[in-house]
Amino acid sequence: MKPVLKYLIPLAVFLVLVIFFAFGLRLDPREVPSPLIDKPAPAFHLPQLGEAGKTFSPEDLRGQVWLLNVWASWCTACREEHPLLMELSKQGLVPLIGMDYKDTDTDGSGVLSQAGNPYKLVVTDADGRVGIDYGVYGVPETYVIDKAGIIRYKQIGPITIEALRDKILPLIKGLQ
Amino acid sequence: MIRHHIAALCLAIPLLAGAESQPLGADPAVETRLKALSQELRCLVCQNQTLADSTAPLAEDLRVEIREQIAKGLSDKEITDYLVARYGDFVRYRPPLKSQTVLLWLGPTLLLAGGVTGLWITLRRRNKLLLNDNDQDDKEEGEEA
Repeated sequence: MKPVLKYLIPLAVFLVLVIFFAFGLRLDPREVPSPLIDKPAPAFHLPQLGEAGKTFSPEDLRGQVWLLNVWASWCTACREEHPLLMELSKQGLVPLIGMDYKDTDTDGSGVLSQAGNPYKLVVTDADGRVGIDYGVYGVPETYVIDKAGIIRYKQIGPITIEALRDKILPLIKGLQ
Repeated sequence: MIRHHIAALCLAIPLLAGAESQPLGADPAVETRLKALSQELRCLVCQNQTLADSTAPLAEDLRVEIREQIAKGLSDKEITDYLVARYGDFVRYRPPLKSQTVLLWLGPTLLLAGGVTGLWITLRRRNKLLLNDNDQDDKEEGEEA
């Protein structure tokens, strides 16, 4: 073997490793791509929080682009994104629907009256059944649902300013 | 007399408790299937635990869900498909072979093949070198003799 090659091969192997790590280490293993993207949002019929007797179903917002934000009073990461949701709701770009996931009505209402309510309305998924249909595994999670009722994007974990500015808002504008 | 009644009542408490916890593990056949199935499935909350081992609330909910589906008479494949449709292939500890997972399945074999080829080349070269050395030694010895 030529002596140059002898030194180049380990270098090449090293560079390949570097490339793999450069991509691999930047991936968040907690962010599992949802198989529900580009699929119809699962139907549900859930009672509204604080509105006795009223229910909500995704059908009610057919023809509109809307956001479904899964949250809970016991979820600390939800408080991180709360100010952003308040800001988003102030802008009034899209209907923001909350889903109080595996929570009690008292705790859920308590958080909203204390920290402010960014939602158009909130449904309660007390036993987490609808959460399973939506593949919820780490609250908060946010779904962008288009006019035809198709899930177009899923944010796992709190919404960040970057995600909102670079992904969610442009997507919503495009869909509208 | 009263004391006897109280004693009888106290003794009956475990019976009540037993009756209450029954539905969870009512049918041993269902439990066996649930255990086998949930050992093949990943809990998404604590990603390195199976659904069988995890104590995360979501894992508990999913076990309840699976138990119900088993009771409804769904096959293992139908139940796995139900979960894959919601959480993706990642819930399976044995992901299916498809274009996205080819590297995952064939990667180890490719690495092994590469290693074996490298080893083979190195050994052959070393053998050749040794043979050449021996030849030269023989020649040198011959010249000396």
